[in-house]
Amino acid sequence: MKPAAFRTPEIGDDNGVLRARLHAIWETQPGWRGWLSTVDHKEIGLRYIVTAFVMLALGGIEALVIRLQLAGPDLHLLTPDQYNQFFSTHGMTMIFLYASPILSGFSNYLWPLIFGSRDMAFPRLNAFSYWVYLFAALFLYSGFLIGAGPNDGWFNYVPYSEKDYNPGLNQDFYALGMVLLGISTSVGAANFIVTFFKMRAPGMSINRVPIFAWGTLTASAANLVVVPAVSLAFFLLWLDRQFATDFFRPAGGGQPLLWQHLFWLFGHPWVYAIVLPAMGMVSDGLPVFCRRPLVGYSVVALSTIATMILGFGVWVHHMFATGLPGLSMSFFSGASIVITFPSAVAVFAWLATIWTGRPVVTTAFLFFASMILLFVIGGVSGFMTASVPVDWQLTDTYFVVAHIHYVLIGINVFPVVGAAYFWFPKMTGRMMDERLGRWNFWTMFLGFNLGFLPMHVTGLLGMPRRVYTYSDGMGWDILNLVTSIGSFVFAIGVLLFFINCWKSLRSGPAAGDNPWDGPTLEWAVSSPPPPYNFAVIPTVASRHPLWEDQLEESVARTSIHRGMTLDQAKETIATTPLDALPERIVEMPGDSYAPLLLAIALAVLFVALLLKLTVLVVIALAAVFLALLLWLWPRRELLERREPAHG
Amino acid sequence: MSATPLDYLSSAGRRADVTLPLTWWVLGVSVAVCVIIAALLWLGIRRARATGGAAETRATPVERPSDGLRWITVGLAISAVPLLATLIWTMAALAQISGPPRRPGLTIDVTGHQWWWEVQYQGAEPSDTFTTANEIHIPVGVPVLVRLRGGDVIHSFWVPKLAGKTDAIPGQNNLAWIQARRPGRYRGQCTEYCGTQHARMGFEVVAEPRDAFERWRTAQLQTAPPPVTPAQARGLALVSFRCGLCHAVRGTDAASHYGPDLTHLMSRRMIAAGMLPNNAGTLAGWTQNPQALKPGTLMPDQHLSGSELADVGAYLETLK
Repeated sequence: MKPAAFRTPEIGDDNGVLRARLHAIWETQPGWRGWLSTVDHKEIGLRYIVTAFVMLALGGIEALVIRLQLAGPDLHLLTPDQYNQFFSTHGMTMIFLYASPILSGFSNYLWPLIFGSRDMAFPRLNAFSYWVYLFAALFLYSGFLIGAGPNDGWFNYVPYSEKDYNPGLNQDFYALGMVLLGISTSVGAANFIVTFFKMRAPGMSINRVPIFAWGTLTASAANLVVVPAVSLAFFLLWLDRQFATDFFRPAGGGQPLLWQHLFWLFGHPWVYAIVLPAMGMVSDGLPVFCRRPLVGYSVVALSTIATMILGFGVWVHHMFATGLPGLSMSFFSGASIVITFPSAVAVFAWLATIWTGRPVVTTAFLFFASMILLFVIGGVSGFMTASVPVDWQLTDTYFVVAHIHYVLIGINVFPVVGAAYFWFPKMTGRMMDERLGRWNFWTMFLGFNLGFLPMHVTGLLGMPRRVYTYSDGMGWDILNLVTSIGSFVFAIGVLLFFINCWKSLRSGPAAGDNPWDGPTLEWAVSSPPPPYNFAVIPTVASRHPLWEDQLEESVARTSIHRGMTLDQAKETIATTPLDALPERIVEMPGDSYAPLLLAIALAVLFVALLLKLTVLVVIALAAVFLALLLWLWPRRELLERREPAHG
Repeated sequence: MSATPLDYLSSAGRRADVTLPLTWWVLGVSVAVCVIIAALLWLGIRRARATGGAAETRATPVERPSDGLRWITVGLAISAVPLLATLIWTMAALAQISGPPRRPGLTIDVTGHQWWWEVQYQGAEPSDTFTTANEIHIPVGVPVLVRLRGGDVIHSFWVPKLAGKTDAIPGQNNLAWIQARRPGRYRGQCTEYCGTQHARMGFEVVAEPRDAFERWRTAQLQTAPPPVTPAQARGLALVSFRCGLCHAVRGTDAASHYGPDLTHLMSRRMIAAGMLPNNAGTLAGWTQNPQALKPGTLMPDQHLSGSELADVGAYLETLK
């Protein structure tokens, strides 16, 4: 972002001439060149979404294999080592390669649209973030495909992951892959934070921002703080493994618990990072179908932030059994109970929105509304683990497996699928099939609860986690069979969702700009939106720009069709962080290969590190440097270079 | 043992006794919350004006009938009561069970190994100290201090009927204590993922009256009896030569501590870390083909001839 020379933006009306000019400026080149070089947030967002759903399908297939193995006692579909790779890869896939990227995808696609902007703050960084995510996913999965997938769970406790006990390449793939993925997450988080504070349309003051954006903002702020902790941990682990350092190896004076602190210092905030944006989807989507604004906007926004802040103080509840002093356990136990309050705020706000609104039951509504119940079930089982003596019994049993699935499926997958039904028309211009949607919802909802509600009992009956099989006579046989059946029903539900997407993409009825009569700015543009999003930059007058005529709460009206045209170059407007007063015209970069080249260079670097090919490491480092040089080379159109004096 | 030997909804020892009512309380509160919220949600959705899709949504006008904030204030106020009660109860329970009520009557060192438990009873004299594996005997009604170590990777010591989990971490000594209220056999299990055979890392705690415990202890202090029959003598030679690379049989040349101590193997109810009942058939099968029974276990297959296997069995039978 570079400030343009002083210039007052022209004010004009939305018209065909303006749109043609903007189209010429913003359109991505057709063909493979444009495909590889685009920096359009909508294209990148869709790529994130599609890639993350592919990951969901892969992780789901792994889960089904796991459930076949556990359907009865003493089954031998997989060997113990294969099983351990399957459950570890399943966790890695769902937590790192699906749950967070899917939300990045929706945020990438939607943020500039709900903000009334033309792109994210750093479009090239955005493209880079996606490419690195893709390469990290390929890197991690290539290990699994050659039989060297992670085999120590997604949490990867030392010293089992050290070379002494884990001599294969498994942990090298995982450690380096996670460091690579951390780069993607970190730059993406920085981009979201700057976009949130600088790229909102004039008038969209901080108390008018949709809750979904608050969710992604808090998640990004947390990621920026905690991802370095886990990247460091994985890097130190790799040093331990390859260069015989002793950070975590007890034989050399290292501390196994150091890993757990670094990991959960990251891991617990991360759990909030992959649910808060999804909760935001519900906070924004549910009111549209309840035909009223969200109850308690301000407290919900504040409780989102409060959850994240408290979320930094609860990581030790993953470590209650590690022999820490009682005082510190009391503190973290208290914090873990207190964090229930901000979550309760959201639950009661959603319930009140339904009760004081006029609900219209659509498929998206069913996904959003059912999420409230699943959120509560996942919430109360989490509250149980906050009580230290109780946690000493139920930690590392299937009770916690049930808990984490209610959190991740209930608070991430259900809202995400609801969001897909809600925003699919905007992204594709076509409606999804509501009839198939009902089948989709009920299959997922019943299958999920059939599978995972009994799993709480399996846990209470003492079945430990991460076991490749179990003996009969423990009282777990029937419960496990029911869980396996439920998981297959749930999988059919997810399959119906994919089928509905495919079918609707080809033959769904046209959506129009605002099929649900939604209140926010993304519904003011065509479906799918033009490359420049908004022909004129809107000027926002309320929290619900498109509901102003219906709510009649103020005389002020948001201006959608008249505003800054910014059509002299690839431009958009930056505003002040709190009041969103126009501040400067921002020159946006055009399409560029630099993000892709830098990502490729980094991927090659990590492959070279994995294989310890010194020459290739040097070459890849040089390539990284060259790609950065290409990226940062001053450009005239970004006003990074002056016109030649004699020109 | 009960039909669900690892459940923690029943208890037989002091720490589990204190934890159990708290578990039922948080479980009850949780179920009640879920039922109430489900009912509110269900009734709220039943008020729906319309069912359908986009057209029905657009046809319903938008309005703000009330701010609805009372839902949040009342909801939080009601939630605060059980939450604070839980917090107080948690702290009280924690204070009650974080240390033993009186000086422990017995100290045991338990070391987690991939994938079995080494158990050492400390005595006043070195001659009062002995090592066994996977079966822990304790006297009833006495607090027993368990000093936990991780022999290789992290394991976790859990006997749900007696107490919650404590990790056994290499490079660190963790203390746990258990106290059984009544005699019985209580199942234990490693609950920290520790690699290939984490699933098969069980053990048993046998709580018995003081005199029975003392008899067991005295018996465990004995060295192995000399072989009587020729088959037993041949078996001892094989055990010393082959098993002795990893195992110890006190009173013989087998003196390695890499694997479980076998001196009183036949006094234990289970073999292979709580996986198989201990009888002649399973013992022979395990001796010969551990990799088939427990793939990845650190004990290699033995490839003994039929007569060798019978001799080893004959000798092991004497280790009562």
